Amino acid sequence: MARLELAKVGKAFGTTQVIHDVDLQIADGEFAVFVGPSGCGKSTLLRLICGLETATEGEIRIDGARVNDVPAADRGLAMVFQSYALYPHMTVRENMAFGLENLRTPQANIEAKVKGAAALLRLDQLLERRPTELSGGQRQRVAIGRAIVREPRIFLFDEPLSNLDAELRVSMRSEIIALHRRLATTMIYVTHDQVEAMTMADRIVVLRAGRVEQVGAPLDLYNAPANRFVAGFIGSPQMNFLPARVAEAHPNEIVVDVADGVRVALPMQGDGVAAGATVTLGVRPEHLVIGPGEPHSLAIVIDQVEQLGGHSLIHGRLRESDVRVSATVAGQARARPGDIAHASVPGALAHLFGEDGAAIPRNARA
Amino acid sequence: MSRAVDFLVRTRGRGAPDWTDWFTWGYLILGFVLMFVPVAWLVLSSFKTEGALLEFPPTLLPYGPKTVAVGPDRKELPVFVVRRDDGSSQEMVELRRIGLVATMLPIGADPADDAKIVRVPIDRREPVREFRLATSNYTELVRKFDFVRYLWNSVFITVVATLITLLFNAMAAFALAKYRFRGRHTVFLVILATLMVPPTIVLVPNFLVVSQLGLLNSLWGVIWPAVATPTGVFLLRQYMLTIPDELIDAARMDHASEWRIFWRIVLPLSAPALAVLAIFSVMWRWNDFLWPLVVLSRSEKFTLQLALNAFQGDLVTQWNYLLAMTVVTMIPVTIVFAFLQKHITTGVASAGVK
Repeated sequence: MARLELAKVGKAFGTTQVIHDVDLQIADGEFAVFVGPSGCGKSTLLRLICGLETATEGEIRIDGARVNDVPAADRGLAMVFQSYALYPHMTVRENMAFGLENLRTPQANIEAKVKGAAALLRLDQLLERRPTELSGGQRQRVAIGRAIVREPRIFLFDEPLSNLDAELRVSMRSEIIALHRRLATTMIYVTHDQVEAMTMADRIVVLRAGRVEQVGAPLDLYNAPANRFVAGFIGSPQMNFLPARVAEAHPNEIVVDVADGVRVALPMQGDGVAAGATVTLGVRPEHLVIGPGEPHSLAIVIDQVEQLGGHSLIHGRLRESDVRVSATVAGQARARPGDIAHASVPGALAHLFGEDGAAIPRNARA
Repeated sequence: MSRAVDFLVRTRGRGAPDWTDWFTWGYLILGFVLMFVPVAWLVLSSFKTEGALLEFPPTLLPYGPKTVAVGPDRKELPVFVVRRDDGSSQEMVELRRIGLVATMLPIGADPADDAKIVRVPIDRREPVREFRLATSNYTELVRKFDFVRYLWNSVFITVVATLITLLFNAMAAFALAKYRFRGRHTVFLVILATLMVPPTIVLVPNFLVVSQLGLLNSLWGVIWPAVATPTGVFLLRQYMLTIPDELIDAARMDHASEWRIFWRIVLPLSAPALAVLAIFSVMWRWNDFLWPLVVLSRSEKFTLQLALNAFQGDLVTQWNYLLAMTVVTMIPVTIVFAFLQKHITTGVASAGVK
C-alpha cells in the first residue's frame, strides 16, 4: 500500500527525450491506468517507476521517500509483464517462490504464501506444471501470483492482457478488478486499449509522445476531454471531428458554421475566441441525432452500415467533403450504402477544440 | 521395424525409384564406406596379435593359432593339420618340437598313451588358425604401460577444462548479450577477431607465459590457456540474445542478484548452447595434441594422445598396442557425441554457427 508521486520526471535515451516533465500523484489503493497509443512512453514510464530504467530528470517518490536511486528490487513493487516473463524452466511453484527465496524467506513461509496466492488465483492444481504446459490465461494468473506472493506496495501491470484472446481478456479484466478490490493495493496498469482503461480504472492517465495529456476519472475524460487527442482516444467508436468556423463568439455562447450552411450554437466560453477562427467541432457518434428533415442537419453520404442488433453504426462522409462521420443509431437502421442521412448536432453535448487542439471550456453552469 | 523399412525404401515422388534415389543411395553408401571402413579396420586390427598384424596378405578378421587343452594339467597346445603319406590329413596337437621333428598327438587322445603319439616332420604340417580376439592388446595396455595414468590425465584435462570453459565463456557471453555498456560491441569484435589468429602463432607466447607461471609439466598448464574460446563466447552470446530481456527484468524485480540471474535463469535457459559448447570442448581437449606436447614433457603427465605418440618409437613401433590404445582413445568422444548429437544439430542450428 503506497502513494506514488512523480515530480517533473523525464527520461532521455541518448539524445531522444521519451518522457517529458511528468507530474503525477497516485493515491494509496488507487487503480490507475496509463493509456496511450503505442510509442507514447507509457511502458517506459512504468519502467521508471519500477526502477528498471533510471529517470534522467525529476523525482519519483513512494510514500514521500525519493526512490530514484533505489534499485528495482528494493522499491517494494511487483510487475506483471506483457509476455508474463515466467521462468520457463521452473514449475509454477518455483516461479512464485523464486522472489521469496531471493529474499531468504523461511521455507515454511514461502510455502504458505505460494499456497495462499495459488488458492486466490485458482492455481492449486497447476503448481507442479511448467509454464509451457499452461494456457494463456493460466500463465497470466501465474504471473499475477508471482507478484502477489511478494506482497508489494504497488502492483505494476504492463499490458498484461494483450496476448490473450478477446473472451479471456474480458474475464481476466474482471478478475484483476476483483483482485484489486480484495487486496486494496495501489495498482498501476498500462494498456493501449481504451476499453480496458475505461472499464478498469479509478483514474486514467492519457499519455501521448511522453507527455501527460489528461488525468481523470474515466467518465470525466469521456465527458470533458481536455483536448482533441484525448477526445479521439477515449470512447469507441471514435468522436467525429468536423472542421468549423466561428461565426459569433459571445461570453456564454459560440456559434459555429460547420458545412452546408449548418450552424450550431454551443454553450461555451467565447472570451478567447475570435469570430472567423478555425475550430474543430467534436461530436460523439451516439450524440448525433439522425432523422430526416431536422433543421440545421448535416447531410451524410453513407458508406457502410454495421448492424449490431441492439443498435447500428452508420459510417459515411459529409456531402461534398472527405470528412468522415459515424453515428450510432438505436435499433436496426434501414439505411443502405449510398443513401443520405441527415444528422443534427446537439450543441449541449458537442465539444469544441481550438486550432491548437485544446478544448474550449464550457460555461461554468453547463 | 516396419517404419525403418518404410524409411529405407522411400522414394522421391511415388512409385518406382527415380535416378535421384539411386544417386542418393550411391553417395550415401560411398560416404558411409569412406567414413566407416577406416574405423572398422582400426577396431578389427586392434584385436590382432603383433604377428597377425605384420602378416601379408592381411586378413580382415583377427585370426590366431587354434589351441586345445590337453592332459591333466589342461595345458593349451597349438593345433596343426598333419598330411599323411597316403594323402589324408588330420588335426593334431603339438606336444613338443625338437629341431625339424614335432611330437604330435591326435585331438582327444591321452598324452600318457605312448601308442597314440606320432612324430611328424615340420614341413608336413600346417598351423590351424581360428577367429580369435587378441584381447591381451587391451589388458596388457593396463598392465605393461601406465595407461590408467594417461587416461586419468586426459580425463582430468578434458573434464576440468570443459567445465571452466563453460563457466567462463557463459559469463562473458552473458555480459556481452545482456548488459548495455559502452564498448561492448568493440569487446565482442575483439574477441571474435582472435579467431583469425592461427594457434601456431600464439604457441610460443603462450609457452613463455605458461613457463613463467611455472605451469610447465602441470596439467593446469594445458587447461588454463585453452579455457577462453572465442567460438564459445560467440555461440553462447548469440544464444543468450534470444533469451527475452523481460525474464531478466522479472528476475531483477524478484530480488535476484546479478549472479543469481546468471546462475538460476540464464544458464539453465542456455542449456542447448552449453551442450554444443561442451561437446566441442570435449572433442578439442580430448584430441588436443600440439599444446600438451609442448607443455608436458614428463611421461607421467602425458595425456593419451601424447602416450600414443610415444608408442611410435624410433626403432620399434608396437602396432598392436598402438591400435588398441587408439580405439580406447576414440571411445569417450564417440559416446559423448552419440548422447549429445541431438543437441549439436539443434544447438548449432539455433546458434547459427559452423
